Amino acid sequence: MTNPFSTEAAGLQGRHNAETIFKLSGLTAIVCAIGFLVFMVGSIAWTGSGALRESHVQLSIDLGPEKVDPSNVEAASYQTIVRDALKERFPEVTNRRDRRKLYGLLSPDAALELEQYVLDNPSVVGGVADIWLLASDDLDIYLKGDVKTELDESRRKFSDLEIGLADSLVQEGQTRRQFNTRFFTNGDSREPELAGILSSLIGSFFSLLVCFVISFPMGVCAAIYLEEFAKKNRVSEFIEVNINNLAAVPSIVFGLLGLAIFLNFFGLPRSSPLVGGMVLALMTLPTIIIASRAALRAVPPSIREAALGIGASKIQTTFHHVAPLALPGMLTGAIVGMARALGETAPLLMIGMVAFIADVPKGILDSATALPVQIFLWADAPQRAFEEKTSAAIIVLLLFLVLMNLLAVLLRRKFERRF
Amino acid sequence: MSDFQSKFAVGVNPFARQSKGFGNAAIMFVLIACSCVAILVTVGIVMSLIFETIRFFEQVPILDFLFGTHWSPQTALTADVVGSSGAFGAVPLITGTLLISFIAMCIATPLGLASAVYLAEFAGPKVRSFAKPLLEMLAGIPSVVYGFFAALTIAPFIRNSGSAAGFDISSESALAAGIAMGIMVVPLVSSLSDDVINSVPQSLRDASLGLGATHAETVRKVVLPAAVPGIAGSLLLATSSAIGETMIVVMAAGLAANLTLNPFEAVTTVTVQIVTLLTGDQEFDSAKTLSAFALGLFLFVITLALNVIALKIVNHFKEQYD
Repeated sequence: MTNPFSTEAAGLQGRHNAETIFKLSGLTAIVCAIGFLVFMVGSIAWTGSGALRESHVQLSIDLGPEKVDPSNVEAASYQTIVRDALKERFPEVTNRRDRRKLYGLLSPDAALELEQYVLDNPSVVGGVADIWLLASDDLDIYLKGDVKTELDESRRKFSDLEIGLADSLVQEGQTRRQFNTRFFTNGDSREPELAGILSSLIGSFFSLLVCFVISFPMGVCAAIYLEEFAKKNRVSEFIEVNINNLAAVPSIVFGLLGLAIFLNFFGLPRSSPLVGGMVLALMTLPTIIIASRAALRAVPPSIREAALGIGASKIQTTFHHVAPLALPGMLTGAIVGMARALGETAPLLMIGMVAFIADVPKGILDSATALPVQIFLWADAPQRAFEEKTSAAIIVLLLFLVLMNLLAVLLRRKFERRF
Repeated sequence: MSDFQSKFAVGVNPFARQSKGFGNAAIMFVLIACSCVAILVTVGIVMSLIFETIRFFEQVPILDFLFGTHWSPQTALTADVVGSSGAFGAVPLITGTLLISFIAMCIATPLGLASAVYLAEFAGPKVRSFAKPLLEMLAGIPSVVYGFFAALTIAPFIRNSGSAAGFDISSESALAAGIAMGIMVVPLVSSLSDDVINSVPQSLRDASLGLGATHAETVRKVVLPAAVPGIAGSLLLATSSAIGETMIVVMAAGLAANLTLNPFEAVTTVTVQIVTLLTGDQEFDSAKTLSAFALGLFLFVITLALNVIALKIVNHFKEQYD
């Protein structure tokens, strides 16, 4: 006597197992994707945190009368003074090639820094002073423990001699690490220890400003027309199709447009935030139009009917009643669009915002670069120390993106009205 | 009574202070002009690409461009050397682009679809409100970050595990760029497919469940087949964005135009070549810089076609169940 339910019972078990497996595979996919996100951001943040600290070396520097003339402090050769101090600290280094390595322990900027220090503290002139000077990127990496000393000397940039010198400095307590403000206050530099993000950050700011000033009013006007006034005909349909397609055009094509039309046809200044902002504005326009239309659609018809009912014209209804109610939604869309524009790199490469810019741009017509472009440039740089700079710049970029999106969410929460 | 009449006499519109006529016409003109910017931009893109492309094809025959298998525009710089015209065969670039996009879709399709099915059918509101924004964050991270990560972490990892297994893998393999790109388009696939799955009518699920199918069986045999056209549309959209993606490939894929389908070799893509041809100083009349516009036109046409098809499919699908 066979149990008529036995096969089905086994089948049922199998089917339930299949259900669990199916569910689990979905969960695994989500965990994989989110895990990648966490791993990527985490590892970049870990690397980037190193760039927030910089190393200094303490040297006792002879600022006696034969080195610095007390009546004319600025005339002294601080480069020589720093080198003499190094030679005095390490008298055993005599060979010319080794001397060069010795001098390389300090940043090329150390002499300038010393000069500034002397100008700020005139009392040190005439004696010997212990002064902290900025270390070079190679020494900085070594002090952070990122040099693989077990490698053969020929396979690393930091030689055994330099390691010996650095160890001696560490033993005497003549090195220290402190917070790196330079990273936030300097422009780009060929020397990793001097490179900062300020110039690119300001460049990004100007570009986004231009982008917002152009795309927000234009996007809002287009949305108002399409949502409130346009009759459903071929023309409005064609405009809609255009907007949807523009939203999906690869960003690099917008860069080609900027290059061919803004630069070559209109002759606007190359590498300027003005052109960068204009290209970004064209890119964000579809995003803003689509978001603004959704915001207008969320305003209930009763508002319009009430205004029209007491005698307002169509334009008055729209501009006095509907648009103000939709404004928070439009702004939210604009901020999200700006956040995307902030991370955009490819179109800016096309219009030449990829140059080496050490100075902070003062206006929208100066040559400038943008934060993501700076990341791209540093990622390409040969020095190893730029790796942590790049990561730190990425973290700054991501922080700005998070802040902007947070602002959008807060705006939506604060002004969202359920009708 | 007379007071009331004088205040609300017929023809005295309380809004009449505002001049109608000219002011309104001006406002309408501004609104219409702004809407037409979208058309202007499209026209601008098409015009600028087409004009430069025509100039390019005056110097290089169109058939050499479309079917040539050798790409080395750099030689065009030296005018007096033999073979100075450079080689502008776009086939290696196109296969490279397709190879990397294919790898990306191989990653994004299973991950994106599985997450979409889980979020739409199985996840509770709590998991949904937590996982969805996190997935969307993947799309919000700038591509230059993915490029950096692909070049610095994924590519060395692939090369090292390859050499441990005895393979010689290029440090700029198509695989590294493809993986990073795949992860980047996961949220695109998952959110579009999520929408599509949600728009499958509940009655279909109820019927299937009522007949005794398990939830997973319902999804696999009823919901997904019903959603296939919409899902195909979302995959096409994701492919289009993978083809147009620039920074990841610029940073993680190579410059060498190898005609290969081996994911472990370095390949170059259309977007990489546009960037390399146009960054730095250029004279605008050389075939070298003009070729970038021909590549741009190619890219524009392909992505546009994919988008139009995808949107048609998705809209048709949604109408079907409305």
